[in-house]
Amino acid sequence: MGDHHHGPAKGLSRWLYTTNHKDIGTMYLWFSFAMFLLGGAFAMVIRAELFQPGMQLVEPGFFNQMTTLHGLVMVFGAIMPSFVGLANWLIPMMIGAPDMALPRMNNWSFWILPPAFLMLASTLLMEGGAPAFGWTFYAPLSTTYAPPSVTFFIFAIHILGVSSIMGSINIIATVMNMRAPGMTYMKMPLFVWTWLITAFLLVAVMPVLAGAVTMMLMDIHFGTSFFSAAGGGDPVLFQHIFWFFGHPEVYIIILPAFGVISQIIPAFSRKPLFGYASMVYATAGIAFLSFIVWAHHMYTVGMPVAGELFFMYATMLIAVPTGVKVFNWVTTMWRGAMTFETPMLFSIGFLVLFTIGGFTGLMLSIAPADFQYHDTYFVVAHFHYVMVAGAVFSMTAAVYFWLPKWTGRMYNETMGKVHFWVSFIGFNVTFFPQHFVGLAGMPRRIPDYALQFADFNMMSSIGAFIYGMSQLLFLYNVIAAIVSGEKVSDEKVWDGAEGLEWTLPSPAPYHTFETPPKLEEQPAY
Amino acid sequence: MSSAETSTEYEKYYVPESSSLAVRATIGLVLSVFGGGLVLNEMTFGGTHDTGGAAKWVLFAGLAIFIATLTYWFRTTIKENKAGMNSSQLSNSYVLGMFWFIFSEVMFFAAFFGALLYVRWLAGPWLAGEGEGGRMNFLLWEGFEYTWPPVITPQEVVGGALSQPIANNGAFVSQHTSMSFADAQAWYAWLPLWNTIILLTSSVTCEFAHRGLSQGNIKKFEAWLAVTVGLAIIFLFLQAAEYYEAYELFGLTLNSGIYGSTFFMLTGFHGFHVAMGMTMLLIQLIRSVRNKHMTSTDHFGFSASSWYWHFVDVVWVFLFIFVYII
Repeated sequence: MGDHHHGPAKGLSRWLYTTNHKDIGTMYLWFSFAMFLLGGAFAMVIRAELFQPGMQLVEPGFFNQMTTLHGLVMVFGAIMPSFVGLANWLIPMMIGAPDMALPRMNNWSFWILPPAFLMLASTLLMEGGAPAFGWTFYAPLSTTYAPPSVTFFIFAIHILGVSSIMGSINIIATVMNMRAPGMTYMKMPLFVWTWLITAFLLVAVMPVLAGAVTMMLMDIHFGTSFFSAAGGGDPVLFQHIFWFFGHPEVYIIILPAFGVISQIIPAFSRKPLFGYASMVYATAGIAFLSFIVWAHHMYTVGMPVAGELFFMYATMLIAVPTGVKVFNWVTTMWRGAMTFETPMLFSIGFLVLFTIGGFTGLMLSIAPADFQYHDTYFVVAHFHYVMVAGAVFSMTAAVYFWLPKWTGRMYNETMGKVHFWVSFIGFNVTFFPQHFVGLAGMPRRIPDYALQFADFNMMSSIGAFIYGMSQLLFLYNVIAAIVSGEKVSDEKVWDGAEGLEWTLPSPAPYHTFETPPKLEEQPAY
Repeated sequence: MSSAETSTEYEKYYVPESSSLAVRATIGLVLSVFGGGLVLNEMTFGGTHDTGGAAKWVLFAGLAIFIATLTYWFRTTIKENKAGMNSSQLSNSYVLGMFWFIFSEVMFFAAFFGALLYVRWLAGPWLAGEGEGGRMNFLLWEGFEYTWPPVITPQEVVGGALSQPIANNGAFVSQHTSMSFADAQAWYAWLPLWNTIILLTSSVTCEFAHRGLSQGNIKKFEAWLAVTVGLAIIFLFLQAAEYYEAYELFGLTLNSGIYGSTFFMLTGFHGFHVAMGMTMLLIQLIRSVRNKHMTSTDHFGFSASSWYWHFVDVVWVFLFIFVYII
């Protein structure tokens, strides 16, 4: 052992000044959970207002602020940082590295996040209110008609982008440069693979988002006309730039989730992952396609027919690599010695519900049909099936799966199972009816609705409250495990789990793999 | 612990002790953007918050903290390197970091080039009534004809900001002379051509400096690097002159519709990057002359700066083609 780095520093400075990937991962995870609760609180306001038709609780303007901030906080504050936290904790342990490649920058990319969200949340208190133009902030709603707080929103987005780019560069450098000898690319755990590709997507598209908000800033304050037809620009240009970022962004959210599921399902099926190589190629294929499908978000904007057709067919192609993945997960379980602990339950929940979300995505990809579905609750249902039952379920599975490794203590299995079933039921009660109201024509982002949608909306709201409540159970279970959970003695907490992180003691020591591990006996995933 | 038992034949990767650099840089960055936001809102909306002129001091304080911290951060890494803490593996991490940072910069410029090409190929013709998007002309901007560079904005065609049927961000008054190549007789007076020559030459001189350094010829390295920095400064002066010309003589401003928007944003961000690259190269020159930091085998600071410089040059080539020529 070296003559320094024996353990963490004490007190607050440990967290403020840390360069340790585990500390930083922990901070990311707690921060993202706090944002998950904040964004969830916004969602509760939305569902409370929509509990019954008519204007009930909040002003329409405030309702718009809630939908906007809910989306922004969940996408940029909850889901993305949670997977970065997971990457921080796991990638060095999975590839046998002592830490992330650039530890101080790692700390920086975390610490600029909380102030950015503080600034974003503070817009709620500003004159003119918080941004109310939806999380996609289409011009001219976000330029000509925006409240003054939009300036702070823009800078918050800039900072989030800087954070994501630095975090991703770090992950790329770590994976490309820090693998233990013998850890070839095709031996890396799939979680590492999916994050490598995700990091590439982030470095490629976050700057484009920065460009979009910079153009907004210039249009608002310096009289440029990027998004104003009066000067020769085009509001639709905003949508193109935004979705050039936005579509890869949805894979940025879901690819690490794919990685998590690809670790957990083999562990509880006690079989190696089926089709490892095809999983890698499918991930790369999805990443490539994500760059050429962006305009399927804007079929109704008045694109030329040739454009509609191109984006329609390109979008449908995504079903192929995604299908490969679903097939591989199912085949991994086939004839496995399966057990159904909480991480596995969430993973199977992911598999079923994400596939439903994928199918509704396929429906939405059909341009003529999308003219009917566009901006209805059908879209809302679709993307919550992939974002909540996809990304959030897999994240939850990941926490249950690796918590014993992180803390050395076991969560309460019964409570975990209750959490799963309440989440699963609450989620479906919330979002399944939204398919129906959407197909029947209920528009999204409107605080009131026609009477025929009343029953389904009430169901949705009840489901949302149940789902929201169940997350408090999750929080309690995690804290209880950390404080007083049963200690795990074994390195290998789950008997089917494979990979370098399971060769480490539980809890994993503050510094691991200061010299690279020997890798000969490691299996190929 | 498994790591203690494995062999120690590998170089240890340098994981720095805990450090306050990140938190300090964060304070600087957040103060900068918060102050900047206050300043901008006071300028445009008459202020979301009444700061009584304090906003700009928040901005300046933030920038000062930010720049000071980054300077100190770079000094720290240089000292660590000189103290022999960096393994070859860490150096490789820096190389990867710089490469992917430049890639992210490429994508940032791609957004603005994308905007330019979209407007020129699609939105502009549609506004003038062509193709499937052409109804806009008949419904909103009747009489607008598309040319590039545009000689008139759609708003001017329909009678200015006041008589315009939909709201906008202000008055867009087109320039009377564009920056593109117009007079073949006076080609030598066309600044962008000179800027192209200067920048391409500077890439070559930068490469000469690199070769000098690789050969261990520090004199050669410093001389060519000084020439490179000099060329960069001349470029920036010429661009300042060009901007002056645009604003004062041609009526080309940020408000000149989409031509002014794309022209100033593309050349402006490029100019900013030239200034950044120039500063980076200048710092390497100072480090070499004053501190004798550069050796033929250990000069990542210069290598990274030179890659950045070549990147800036390549961007200019595209700018020259798409903004000035075509």
